[in-house]
Amino acid sequence: MQLQVKGLSKKYYSGFLGNNVTDAVDDVSFEIKEGEIFGLVGGSGSGKTTVSKIVMGLLKPSAGGVFYNNRDLTKINNRQWYLLRKEIQMVFQHPQMTFNPRRNIYFACAEPIRLYKLAKNKTEEKAMVEHLIERVGLTKDQLKKYPHELSGGQAQRLSITRALCLQPKFIICDEPTSMLDVSVQAQILQLLKEIHDEFNITMLYISHDLEVIQSICDRVAVMKNGKIVEIGKTEEIFKNPQHHYTKQLLESALYI
Amino acid sequence: MMEKPVSVTESLNYPRPKLTGIPKYLKVLGRSFNQKNSMLTLGIIFATFIILVAIFAPVLEPYDPTKMDLALKFIPPSAAHIFGTDNMGRDVLSRIIEGSRISLSTAFMVVIFSACIGTLAGMISGFWGGKVDMIFMRIVDVLLAFPTIIFALAISTVLGTGAINLVIAICCIQWTSYARVSRGEAILLKNAEYIEAAKAIGNNSLQIMFKYFLPNIVSKILILASLNIGSIILYCASLSFLGLGAQPPSPDWGAMISDGKEYMRYAPWMAIFPGLAIAASALTFNMLGDGVRDLLDPRMCDSVKTE
Repeated sequence: MQLQVKGLSKKYYSGFLGNNVTDAVDDVSFEIKEGEIFGLVGGSGSGKTTVSKIVMGLLKPSAGGVFYNNRDLTKINNRQWYLLRKEIQMVFQHPQMTFNPRRNIYFACAEPIRLYKLAKNKTEEKAMVEHLIERVGLTKDQLKKYPHELSGGQAQRLSITRALCLQPKFIICDEPTSMLDVSVQAQILQLLKEIHDEFNITMLYISHDLEVIQSICDRVAVMKNGKIVEIGKTEEIFKNPQHHYTKQLLESALYI
Repeated sequence: MMEKPVSVTESLNYPRPKLTGIPKYLKVLGRSFNQKNSMLTLGIIFATFIILVAIFAPVLEPYDPTKMDLALKFIPPSAAHIFGTDNMGRDVLSRIIEGSRISLSTAFMVVIFSACIGTLAGMISGFWGGKVDMIFMRIVDVLLAFPTIIFALAISTVLGTGAINLVIAICCIQWTSYARVSRGEAILLKNAEYIEAAKAIGNNSLQIMFKYFLPNIVSKILILASLNIGSIILYCASLSFLGLGAQPPSPDWGAMISDGKEYMRYAPWMAIFPGLAIAASALTFNMLGDGVRDLLDPRMCDSVKTE
């Protein structure tokens, strides 16, 4: 069991004296086995992204725990997180907004290498960046560009590059294809799959797109209003949905 | 066949009288005055002039600015003494030139110190938010409630007079505006996705602040600083007029006006010329500030480019 999420809750308090409670995530539990692609599917506002941010340590949960190799990620300090980030990486939803708009692409790719001192000198760093960027299908001359000069697909390849820089064992993909058009989506999915097979990376794949989930995930959990309503093998859920919300989702996907 | 589209700019391109026989550099200069950034051009020219005067003050002064000669007192503006002499027989022009060093260095020190302190405080309070933010912003609110001059007077009373104490006194108030601006920017940036991505690849808070926040905030701070410098020159002058700045015999524009006001009836040049110097330099740096703001403001930037 590489990642276990147990009873995760995130409450937001609003209003005077904080008496309006919103449950963004409510008692969510799932497990991800090593080398598996686990899908998290649900409509807008169902708490998928909140779960991913809690797993990534960007948000603190109100209750529950995230166990990575039996270590509780919600209770470790910054220094330990720094070391763990090498193993857990994330691909974000908005590809062009994932990079510092004032620095060029080379900086964006080299940053993790610099932060973890993976390269001994500049030439080695350059070689590493170039190797990675060619692996994901970009060319060297794109390194001089700035984030806004890239297309969505290129930028998403780049954020995959950046996640791969540290040779992670676990990648969270937070709707990496939702902002891209269909043909580019297929390329990015293909790339993610290749990477998964090549490096045996475990993935938590978050999406609202059922076709994408069906094509890439081994197991899938369906979320609604912060709760997981159904969890199981992808084929089983798609063939024989139990919960009415899942049925509804599948039907809406068919008709549109 | 596709028709060639006629753009709006093209249709407006009526034949203009051609300027011939004018040197190219003059044309370039003329064009830059026509444009919206003429403010900047003028500001840069005058500011360069003032700064050069301050740097080369010892060379430019016709007389020793502190040498007293009572036989030559109250000489009206003349060929030998262009701005006249004061009650101690010192040449006013020399004193104004020497005073530009004091005024400018005080103003620049105030701007630099208050920008550094304010940016840092604003960045920290915007980044951490919560209680830290509340404490910083309440301090800022309290300080903003005081008029600068009154608060600086109070601080100078505690610290004593002198150029350095004047700088400290004005800084105590001025950093608040920088803190406000950088806090606002930091809050905007804090929720940007690339900041989260930066955290996700392992940047710690300090690295995020200095690698991501600072470069994004700096342009705004620069605008504010260049707009601020004119008013700080005025503050310095008013405080030294009240006797808080540089002490005699070192010449300071504010102190010179203060000396001159007693002899206003029969030697008005003693107060008029330092006053003009203050007005000119404050105006220049305001112009420069406006120009820099227009240059760095992305919304203004477009309109400059399309012209």
